[in-house]
Amino acid sequence: MCYIAAEEKDKHMREHIIIRIVSKFFCPFIQLYAFYVIAHGDLGPGGGFQGGVILGASIILYVIAFGMDEGRKRLSQKASDIFISTGVLIYAGIGLLCILAGGAFLEYAELPLGSHHLASHLGIYGIEIGVGITVAFVMITIFFETAKKERFDRQS
Amino acid sequence: MIDVMLLLIIVVCAIFALFMKDLLSATIILGIYSFIMATIFTRLNAVDVAFTEASVGAGITSVLMIAALSRTKRYEYHYTKLQRRKPSALFLKVISLLLVIITGAVLVYGTIDMPEFGDPEAPANKHVSPRYIAESEHETSEKNIVTAVLAGYRGYDTLGETTVIFTAGICVILLLRRRINT
Repeated sequence: MCYIAAEEKDKHMREHIIIRIVSKFFCPFIQLYAFYVIAHGDLGPGGGFQGGVILGASIILYVIAFGMDEGRKRLSQKASDIFISTGVLIYAGIGLLCILAGGAFLEYAELPLGSHHLASHLGIYGIEIGVGITVAFVMITIFFETAKKERFDRQS
Repeated sequence: MIDVMLLLIIVVCAIFALFMKDLLSATIILGIYSFIMATIFTRLNAVDVAFTEASVGAGITSVLMIAALSRTKRYEYHYTKLQRRKPSALFLKVISLLLVIITGAVLVYGTIDMPEFGDPEAPANKHVSPRYIAESEHETSEKNIVTAVLAGYRGYDTLGETTVIFTAGICVILLLRRRINT
């Protein structure tokens, strides 16, 4: 019985070899593009939200190709749960730091980072990263929890 | 010309998505719909909105719908001829057609009062927009006005949006996560 299951598994593996190799090959490029979008939100279109969605999509692509168990091996449930709240915490934390530095909530220019110009720039940069982290990991979590496990693990 | 073409493709996509019995195909067609919508936003010079539409509307929404489909059936329920000809079903159809026509008429009536597209004298372009265009780089030291508005002027709103997404994630975890007793 166990032997037949292993054989079945092997057969499916071979069937999906193109999908797996292509998605494995594209994953790092998509993630790099996601980081580019998050980092260049102040110069071009995009920003934390769009970059976060692209980052989440890259991991979802990996999960669709390799199955949920393989995906959870790469990104544990605990880690994604922690990252969900880390993003919001970064955002609200920067806001509170602004209050501690003597400004209003989210008044980035008051952060003690050299000039007002630099402080405001870095503050906005920080919150974009926070938005990106939360959005990416919420999308991943929604996918993991919504999709039926058996449907995606059949081929792995 | 090309705008009219794109709008026509959108209408065709919407009609096809409605009549498709295979829900996976309908999801893919909705993805195409979002992608053409993103093209239209690019034509309107709203690049940030187009980017969001392409990544969220065409990308993530399709994937999440496919994930939801993996829990339900792929094909729509097929009504028999007898079920479709029942008086109650016909009545529902007439009512929904009337409702759609009335809603459409109200929306079209609402657009009559709207200012000309891109009119510089429109109230929306006279109140805060000049301030953003003139001062945003100096006030928030951001070159992209959209980012300056989202993260600078409306930073509190964006925090709220992020919290909404966070709450959505928490709710999905609370409702759907299966607990494994060890």
